Amino acid sequence: MNHAILLAGPAAETARLVTYWVLAILSVAAALGMVLARKAVHCALLLAVVMLSLAVFYAMLGAPFLAFVQVIVYTGAVLMLFLFVLMIVGITAADSIIETIRGQRLWASVAGIAMLALLSLVIGHAAIGPAGPNSSKFGNSNVSALANLIFTRYLYPFEITGALLITAAVGAMVLTHRERTKPRPSQRQLAEQRIASGRPTPLPGPGTYAQHNAVDMPALLPDGSQSELSVSEVLSGPGPAAAGELPSGTVGQEAGEQQW
Amino acid sequence: MTGSVHSALAPPAAAITSLHATGIQDAAWLLLAFPIAGAVILLLGGKRTNSFGHLVGVAMPVLAFCEGVACYIQMLGYPAAQRSRDLVMFQFIDVGRFQVPMGIQLDQLSICFVLLITGVGSLIHIFAVGYMSHDPERRRFFGYMNLFLAAMLLLVLANNYLGLYVGWEGVGLASYLLIGFWQYKPAAAVAAKKAFVANRVGDVGLSLAIMLMFTQFGSVTFAGVFAQAPSASHGVTLALGLLLLLGACGKSAQVPLQSWLLDAMEGPTPVSALIHAATMVTAGVYLIVRSAPIFNLSAGAELAVAIVGAVTLLFGAIIGCAKDDIKKALAGSTMSQIGYMMLAAGLGPAGYVFAIAHLLAHGFFKAGLFLGAGSVKHEMDDEVDMRRFGGLATVMPITFVTFTLGYLAIIGIPPLSGFFTKDPIIDAAFAKGGTSGALLGSAALLGAGITAFYMTRVMFMTFTGERRWDDRVHPHEVPPVMTSPMIVLAIGSVAAGGFLILGNRLLNFLGPVTGVPPTSHGIWTPAGSAALVLVLIGAAIAWARYGRREVPVTAPAGGPLTVAARKDLYGDAVNESLLMRPGMWLTRLSVFFDNRGVDGLVNTVAATFGGSSGRLRRVQSGFVRSYALYMLVGAVLLVGTLLLVRL
Amino acid sequence: MVTPAHFIALAVILFVIGAVGVLVRRNAIVVFMCVELMLNAANLAFVAFARMHSALDGQVIAFFVMVVAAAEVVVGLAILTSIFRARRSASVDDANLMKY
Repeated sequence: MNHAILLAGPAAETARLVTYWVLAILSVAAALGMVLARKAVHCALLLAVVMLSLAVFYAMLGAPFLAFVQVIVYTGAVLMLFLFVLMIVGITAADSIIETIRGQRLWASVAGIAMLALLSLVIGHAAIGPAGPNSSKFGNSNVSALANLIFTRYLYPFEITGALLITAAVGAMVLTHRERTKPRPSQRQLAEQRIASGRPTPLPGPGTYAQHNAVDMPALLPDGSQSELSVSEVLSGPGPAAAGELPSGTVGQEAGEQQW
Repeated sequence: MTGSVHSALAPPAAAITSLHATGIQDAAWLLLAFPIAGAVILLLGGKRTNSFGHLVGVAMPVLAFCEGVACYIQMLGYPAAQRSRDLVMFQFIDVGRFQVPMGIQLDQLSICFVLLITGVGSLIHIFAVGYMSHDPERRRFFGYMNLFLAAMLLLVLANNYLGLYVGWEGVGLASYLLIGFWQYKPAAAVAAKKAFVANRVGDVGLSLAIMLMFTQFGSVTFAGVFAQAPSASHGVTLALGLLLLLGACGKSAQVPLQSWLLDAMEGPTPVSALIHAATMVTAGVYLIVRSAPIFNLSAGAELAVAIVGAVTLLFGAIIGCAKDDIKKALAGSTMSQIGYMMLAAGLGPAGYVFAIAHLLAHGFFKAGLFLGAGSVKHEMDDEVDMRRFGGLATVMPITFVTFTLGYLAIIGIPPLSGFFTKDPIIDAAFAKGGTSGALLGSAALLGAGITAFYMTRVMFMTFTGERRWDDRVHPHEVPPVMTSPMIVLAIGSVAAGGFLILGNRLLNFLGPVTGVPPTSHGIWTPAGSAALVLVLIGAAIAWARYGRREVPVTAPAGGPLTVAARKDLYGDAVNESLLMRPGMWLTRLSVFFDNRGVDGLVNTVAATFGGSSGRLRRVQSGFVRSYALYMLVGAVLLVGTLLLVRL
Repeated sequence: MVTPAHFIALAVILFVIGAVGVLVRRNAIVVFMCVELMLNAANLAFVAFARMHSALDGQVIAFFVMVVAAAEVVVGLAILTSIFRARRSASVDDANLMKY
């Protein structure tokens, strides 16, 4: 593994240079795009671009294990988690471009630029030396060296982080758990509810057209108007009817809620 | 009678060393214990002692008088130089350098006062049994009177200035309680307060003097102070003398602290007789005479005392001329007579003995006069306006006779007391020499004439002439319990002066303590004769105006001097403008400063916090993004600061 | 020649972009994503310094940061979901009851 990373010679040097600059510009552009994009899904995908380029950087910096962990855990798990939640939450008015707090954008930009300037000064003054040789004092591969460190010097943080993970998992379950206050409706009850609700039939599907068949395309009614029922609420945002509604507590079973 | 009266002159007073008391004098603490016990029983016993309260109240002074006489007799058995005895009761204060033993000093001066206080006091207590017989609070009255007696005895018996001060304060308290005895009368309550406050001003002088004594001499006992006084600087002795004089002015109602005495007549008449005639008001004179070694060292202080005395004797005399209230006229007379005593005390060793002699004689005749006035008031249904009296001689003969004897004594007709005691004062004043002597002597002469005038006025308005009584009064003679003390005091008024002066009796007796006059005068001196002439003229004028003519029932308008005298020669007005109004302005200023300044400061601090917090809380907009912005800005500042420091 | 300084500079830029993004975006999920961007930038810096010092401690720390970030995302999104269920809104501005 080491050899693949540590190619010596001018060719490797050029390769590294090109890789760095291309990916650096790409990641910065993706980051900017993430901050400025309107739709949340676009933000998530641009973040994935940033993370993947960072994985390449880790590999360049002699941290192959970290590079793979970045791809698998960060991009693969964490970002997917983001996308799942986006799916649940859906489109809301939060994506509006109008700023509600006076002076927020101005001062945020000012503070950002100031932070940038200061940190650049820091880097300018700091003695950031050249890359040292890859630490091969452990003789073996990067993973073994990391494992050696983790299980000796950083044992306590490791164990505590483990506990933290367990706590996080349990916490997430607790927070999102919804207690069933009434017995689970049986099939018969579900059927009765469906008949009684006035809509025994399933909801209309999204529209399928010659050039568009995305899930968020509304279907057309016989009179030519769009059917609101054909697009999932998640994709279209809460309608005027749902806007004023204030449902009961988080751990309650709402009657009209869609059941997954 | 010419020629020197002083035959065997005692040598001038050297430093007196006190020996320890033995024999009956060893029980001299009983002099204090009897009245204190009486006060405790009567005041703490409460209503249960009402039935026999007056008996206890009379018994205690009488017992104290017996003990006093016994001590006196024992003292006479000692040679003249060894008559001063000390009896230490307990250590009052024992704090490092400040050591004050509470002891009794029985010497010639204090025994004179003890006999006067207990003797005249007993008589007045007996009188009060009858006078206050209709008063339901009679028991409380006797309790306060005994309290007064105890304090006054402590004042004259203490062997140190601090013990004297305790007694001083005690008589002030008793005076307050007794003037305001009839608390339901607003005038009485106000008068009591006025007396107390005026006394307090004088007390400041006395306490400052004691403090000065401690800092300069390290001691407040008489022996300690008098031994070290010669080594003190002139400034210190002058200061001490003036401060003691201030104290004396307060207690003895001398100018400038004289305004309270006439108002103090709101109290029952026995109180006026005992406290404001015979004893308490003489405490100032006692203080000055006792502090003779200090005054002898400061000519300035002595002169101040004499001037105060001279001014007051005229002051009191003029006021007494215009008062229609018989008690207030007598109070003015008291003020004036004490002025005589102060004048004598301010003449140094030349006058100390005569001051004490006049004091003792004055105790008799003024107490007698006041008791007579009390009898009249008692019979006239508590009326005191002399314009409503008249013709009482026939219905109250005993009162009339005793009052007349007191009257003759006070104006100085020979051979009664006043003549023997007042004339040596006038002589000594003239003998002082220089302009001061001449002025003081002239003032004293003039005062004698005015005294005769106003006392004769009182006599004619009260006892002779037409009966201007109210319809509802039917006066007759008072019961024997009230006439017997008056008779005894009348005898004293007649005989005391001659007894004390003739044969240099008091001179020889007191000489070792106070010193004797350097020169001696006869009984009949030019000044004395002049005084007698003025007295007769004054009496004649009064007879012409009030004896021969009808006395109008409503007071006539009178000239400016009369108006001024009716207003106490504007004494109250002066006090108000000099002290009361500035005091009120000071109070108002303090209140204003407190409200606007101090409260304003505090409120401003509070308002600042309130206002700033009211403004600052708007930072809490509730928006998380604003908070995040603040955090970022803070982080930027932090990094900047770190950079700056590093750079 | 690509030195660690380049990577540090990149990390700084990404960090600042992420910081500004946290302040500017209103959608809570996007805010989370910007926070993740900041964390990644920090990780990059750690790894660059590790390379500079020839020690693996920086990488270990970056590893731990990743773990903690994952846990944080889990819990944060769970909270977000709960709030969304209650209020039907994913905007951070709507949670403004703690104002004066």
